[in-house]
Amino acid sequence: MSDTSIPKSAVQDAAPVRPRWKTILLRPEAMTFVLLILATLGASLLSPFFADIAYILESFTYYSEYAIVGLVLTLVIISGEIDLSGAAMMALSACLFGITYQAGYPISVAILVSLISGVAMGWFNAILVIRFKLPSIIVTIGTLTLFRGIAQVIAGDRSISKFPSWFVGIDYQYVLNLPIPVIVFCVVALALGVILGGTVLGRQIYQIGTSAIAAQHAGIRVNRIKTGLFIGMGVASSVAGLLTASRLASVRYDLASGAELQMVLIVMLGGTYIFGGRGSIIGTFLAAWLLVIIATGMTVANIPINAQLTVLGLLLIISIIATNIIYSRTQR
Amino acid sequence: MPVSDTPVLSARGISKQFGGVEVLSDVDLDLSAGEIHALLGENGAGKSTFAKILSGVHRPTRGTLALNGNPVEVPNPIAAQNLGITLIHQEPISFPDMSVTENLVLGRHDGALLGRVPWAQMERNANELMDMLRVSIDVTKPMRGLSIADQQMVEIARALASDSRLIIMDEPTAPLTPKEVETLFSIARRLRDQGRTIIFISHRLEEVQALCDRATIFRDGHLVETANVADLSDEDIIRLMIGRPLKEMMHRSGAKIGDVALEVRELSLPGKFHDISFTVRHGEIVGLAGLVGAGRTDVARAVFGVAPAASGSIAVKGKTVEIADPSDAIELGLAFVPEDRAVAGIFGTLPVDQNITAAVPGKIAPHGFIRSAIERALAEKSVKDLRIRLAALRQPIGELSGGNQQKSILARWLHTDPDILILDEPTRGIDIGVKAEFYDMIGTLAANGRGVLLISSELPELLYLCDRILVMSEGELTADIAGDEATQESVMRAAVPTKGKHGTGGSPPEHNEVAL
Ligand SMILES: Nc1ncnc2c1ncn2[C@@H]1O[C@H](COP(=O)(O)OP(=O)(O)OP(=O)(O)O)[C@@H](O)[C@H]1O
Ligand SMILES: [Mg+2]
Repeated sequence: MSDTSIPKSAVQDAAPVRPRWKTILLRPEAMTFVLLILATLGASLLSPFFADIAYILESFTYYSEYAIVGLVLTLVIISGEIDLSGAAMMALSACLFGITYQAGYPISVAILVSLISGVAMGWFNAILVIRFKLPSIIVTIGTLTLFRGIAQVIAGDRSISKFPSWFVGIDYQYVLNLPIPVIVFCVVALALGVILGGTVLGRQIYQIGTSAIAAQHAGIRVNRIKTGLFIGMGVASSVAGLLTASRLASVRYDLASGAELQMVLIVMLGGTYIFGGRGSIIGTFLAAWLLVIIATGMTVANIPINAQLTVLGLLLIISIIATNIIYSRTQR
Repeated sequence: MPVSDTPVLSARGISKQFGGVEVLSDVDLDLSAGEIHALLGENGAGKSTFAKILSGVHRPTRGTLALNGNPVEVPNPIAAQNLGITLIHQEPISFPDMSVTENLVLGRHDGALLGRVPWAQMERNANELMDMLRVSIDVTKPMRGLSIADQQMVEIARALASDSRLIIMDEPTAPLTPKEVETLFSIARRLRDQGRTIIFISHRLEEVQALCDRATIFRDGHLVETANVADLSDEDIIRLMIGRPLKEMMHRSGAKIGDVALEVRELSLPGKFHDISFTVRHGEIVGLAGLVGAGRTDVARAVFGVAPAASGSIAVKGKTVEIADPSDAIELGLAFVPEDRAVAGIFGTLPVDQNITAAVPGKIAPHGFIRSAIERALAEKSVKDLRIRLAALRQPIGELSGGNQQKSILARWLHTDPDILILDEPTRGIDIGVKAEFYDMIGTLAANGRGVLLISSELPELLYLCDRILVMSEGELTADIAGDEATQESVMRAAVPTKGKHGTGGSPPEHNEVAL
């Protein structure tokens, strides 16, 4: 397979001379795709369940919420920023949803409250990053703690549940034989993929991530686009929070706790460049499935949960390094 | 010249391919000790590539190098430094947040990995180097705060620190003022007299005549001639470089000058410029002269909304406007080619076509979706019109030669069809063949009713092109001279800062050492 030549020539050619295979247009997404196929093959050897599409789809519903946020996160990272507060925004918006509903408002109002809170939180991140010119990694580490802290203050330690039955169990509702969360994921992926790959906005996201200063000089509204992306993160997180609330039939402040890791992992596995300017939705799309297969595969193979986290951490590091190597080799 | 000695460095059959495209073919060159050797050629001829091969940045596809007669490999820049070869890059690559001292010792290291760093001693050494170069630079300051000329001095000091025998300067004079150029030249001559070899790359023939002993001319990756500079006339060099005589530089016949296109009133930005007022009319080319650091770029950036002024107002076609961001300026029909193309111009890893069309999203995406056929057509037209040399439109722009990057950025703004064009050192790094065409193009733009504000440190360029020349000194406008009355002397007199409070151009300059 052609990808086995990557590490070899990387070792041979230490000087930043552009190697010949650059013309072979090697992209990290190709690596994701190959890994996906390998992982599927490997997993089906471990367990016959994997031959069953329905099983994979069901497993995917557990991850679809993070994957949806990961799609928007892909755009944020391509634009040269990062947002680690997605999971916390899921929790806070879902808790606001639960509390509003419990306070006796109709569920539509509660959903609206959740979405508005998503906009507000994303906007808050954007203000700190853009107006105050702070690094987004620090800002969102701060707000991830803040948002989850607020969720704990307003919701306490209890679970909020007793949602109407039509709201609960969205992962068991099918459209065209696909669970609704999977549909949502696919639709968001398609929409963002078209925006990123085919429109001026998408093009400008790449340009901003490549050089924000050059982008500003070229008349690209850098701050406006970045603000939009942070708000998009907030909205996607609140949608994901609602999906989670429906799947679990309850919300608690620790909903999606620690899911920042998975979100970043999905984006990195998909070959998006951590320093911005490069990456794709198709990569993230493939990586979401890859992650599901790896995680489910490990469960099927009876690998204990603690060890699974180790594997995911390793995967994150390896994918960042691999992407880095590929981009620095082909773009010097 | 000690021609009989073994050459300090000899290159044999050096070739370089990038992705299958040969950009350097079979270059044979011998460099002697104690010479300043010019490398000349059009944009993309392969000068920087050859320099990078000598200094270990690139490895040749074929060919060998010998140092004092012994074959050597130069696998990377550190190895080059150890062999006594230093490259001063076309685009500065130092570490802006580190101090001068730290930049000087970068990549050199003699001592245990975890040993104490002898900062005091290093600082002393750094100061000695600065004394040797006779420049006063505070070595504890970060590089960021230094002028480009001083940053270059630090690079030269770095070459001295490792006792380089071969120092390669890739277009060192492009961003310098005439005075700084003189300083650089005297340092270069001193280094030559110590027996060091210097390779000097430049597009300015007068500098080659003034400084260099021998010259090598590249065309399309081939070495076409090596000769003593004394034996080469400018015409010879141009003919060898571009393979045809240069177009006559016809003086621009005054275009019809119309209404005021751009009016700037009492613009101030504390610490940068103060009380700047001027107009640019349709059909008029207005020059903005001054020494580097006089605040010309800051004024341009303020007008274009990159860093708006604190007070004052701007009117476009008679209407007072608010320009808070470049996107506002573009909507009003302004365009701005920034001086610092590596930072503010190019998107280095993105393809050339995407760079060229970056300011005209509406043209490439009529209904919001990018039509790649339109995009390619626009980019192809620019490549043809400006003779941009590249392998493919899909190539990352960072791979183009410096001059070809500059042309691409020019192309970007020409596509916006601007009413008012602000150009900040637009011909920096552009070869003389294209320069003439570029002048034509500016002339045509003005003739078609565009207003042009041209910032340039090349006085001949301003004198040749402009209907009017404004001069700035220390953040203030000091003169406004009609084109046919402007001379080098009158412009320089207004450009040189006067002691104490800024004069209004009348008092004679106190620093008379400006070299012209
Ligand atoms: N890393 C690279 N990858 C692909 N092509 C390259 C790379 N570096 C240089 N080239 C190509 O090699 C050719 C020679 O470039 P080079 O930078 O040596 O020109 P130059 O003579 O220095 O021109 P200029 O006067 O514009 O600086 C150009 O056509 C350029 O596009
Ligand atoms: Mg060059």
